[in-house]
Amino acid sequence: MPISTSLSDASATVALATLLAPLLRAGDVVALHGELGAGKTFFARAIIHALGGPEEVPSPTFTLVQTYDLAPAPVWHFDLYRLTRPEDAHELGIEDAFAEAISLIEWPERLGALLPAERLDVHLAFGRSENERVVTLSGSPRWEERLKALGLP
Amino acid sequence: MLALGIETSCDETAAAVVDGDRRIRSSVVASQLEHHRPFGGVVPEVAARAHLELLQGLVRRALEEATLGFDDLDLIAATTGPGLIGGVIVGSTLGKALALARGLPFLAVNHLEGHALSPRLSDDVPFPYLLLLVSGGHCQLLAVEGVGRYRRYGTTIDDAAGEAFDKAAKKLGLGFPGGPAIERAAKAGDPKRHPLPRPMIGRPGSDFSFSGLKTAVAHAADAIGRAPTDQEQADLAASFQESVASSLADRTRNALRRFADEFGPGHTLVVAGGVAANTRLRQVLGDLAAREGVRFIAPPLALCTDNAAMIAWAGIERRRLGQEDGLDVAPRPRWPLDAEAPPAPYAGAKA
Repeated sequence: MPISTSLSDASATVALATLLAPLLRAGDVVALHGELGAGKTFFARAIIHALGGPEEVPSPTFTLVQTYDLAPAPVWHFDLYRLTRPEDAHELGIEDAFAEAISLIEWPERLGALLPAERLDVHLAFGRSENERVVTLSGSPRWEERLKALGLP
Repeated sequence: MLALGIETSCDETAAAVVDGDRRIRSSVVASQLEHHRPFGGVVPEVAARAHLELLQGLVRRALEEATLGFDDLDLIAATTGPGLIGGVIVGSTLGKALALARGLPFLAVNHLEGHALSPRLSDDVPFPYLLLLVSGGHCQLLAVEGVGRYRRYGTTIDDAAGEAFDKAAKKLGLGFPGGPAIERAAKAGDPKRHPLPRPMIGRPGSDFSFSGLKTAVAHAADAIGRAPTDQEQADLAASFQESVASSLADRTRNALRRFADEFGPGHTLVVAGGVAANTRLRQVLGDLAAREGVRFIAPPLALCTDNAAMIAWAGIERRRLGQEDGLDVAPRPRWPLDAEAPPAPYAGAKA
C-alpha cells in the first residue's frame, strides 16, 4: 500500500528524509519523481545530510551524477533530466551504483526499462500552500515491509 | 609564446590559438546546439560523441586560420575539468596526445580558471579583481588575486543561474537554450506583473539561490491553468529575469564591499559566463559598479561563453610561471578553484 502524507514545509521534508535515511543499504534504489520545483533535489540533499554527507550537495543537473563516500554505503545522486536515451546512463556507471551504492535518482523515468523493479518510489507533488508538498512512498514488496518500520500513518 | 587551447567541458567543442601578446590568432567554436535542441538541454552522451567527431577537425581549422603549424606552438592547454566527464576526457586526452607527439608542455586547465583569467586576455585587467561567473553549470563570486590564487566569496546553494534560466524557459514553453529565449520573451513583458521572490536579497554574504525562484515560476505558470498566452509568457519571463538580475546584483554588491575592505577601493568588477550575455544583467551590474566606484568589464560575448581562447590564455599565464602538468593528470568532473572555501551554508555549490 502506498503511504501518502503531507509535508507542511521544508523542515517536514527534512524530517521525513531523516527518518528514511537509516533504512538505506548498498544496492538500494530510490526513485525521486515530481515536476520541476517539486523538491526532488531538496529531498535527496536531506538524505545525504542525514547520512553524514558534506554541507555542499550541489544539484547534479549539470554533471548528471555526484557521488558521496558515506556509510553504510556510498551514495550516488543522479539527475537524469538531460538524458534522452536510457542506454546513455551506462556511461555514468549506473550499473556499478545499482550493485554497490545507494542510488538516489531524479527524473528516473528517463531510464525506461533500465530502472530496477526493486526500488522505492518517492513521488513529490505541490500541495495547497506554496511550501507544502504531498509525498507518496511506494515500492516493491520488500520495500513495503521496510516502510512499515517508519511508522507512518 | 603560442598556445593551442582545447575546450570540451560542456556543449561547446572549441579550439583556439592565442599568443603571449594577448592576440587571439584563431578561435573556432562548433556549437553543438543543433545536436541538442531537440532534447531541451545538453545531452552528455551526445556531447561526448560530438566532441569526439568534431575536435580533430576544429584543431586543424584553428591552426589553419592562424596560419600556423604544430611546430610553431609552445604549449598545449586543454580543459581537464570541471564538467561533463565524457567531454573532458575527449579534450584532455587529445591535448595530452598532441603534447606527447610534439614534445610540447601540457597544461591541464581548470575551466573555471579559463573564465577567471579571460578579462586579462580581453582587457589586460590587473590583479586583483572581483569576478562574477554565471553560467549553466556555475554561479560564483571569486576574488582573483593572481594566477592560481582565487578566493570564493560566494556560490550557489542550489541551482546555477543559467540552470534556472533553462528550467524556467522549459516551464514557460520557451525552448532551449533558456537564457536567450527568456531575454527575447521578456522584451515585450512587464517585469512587475508577477511579484516573484528575489532570492537572498538583503541577506549578508554572497551566496546565491535559484531553486525557490524556479519553483515560484512553476507555481505562477500552473496558476494560469492553461497554456499561457504570449503576453503571459512575456510577463513571467520579464519578472523572472528581473528577479535573477536583482538577486545577482545584490550578492555582487556585498562581495564588492568585502573586496574593497580587503584590497582597497577602485578595483574592477568582471562578469563572465554564458549568463553574462543577458543585456538586463549587464545593465544592472554596470549601474552597480558605477554606484560602488569600480570599473566594470564584461568581456566580449565570444569570450564570455565557453571558448578555447580563454583556455589557451590560462595555459600561457601558467606557463609563464614555469608551470607544466604531467600526462598522468586525471580529468576531474569536480574541481573547485578555491579548495579552501568554507562550504556554503546548508546546501550545495556547483564546483
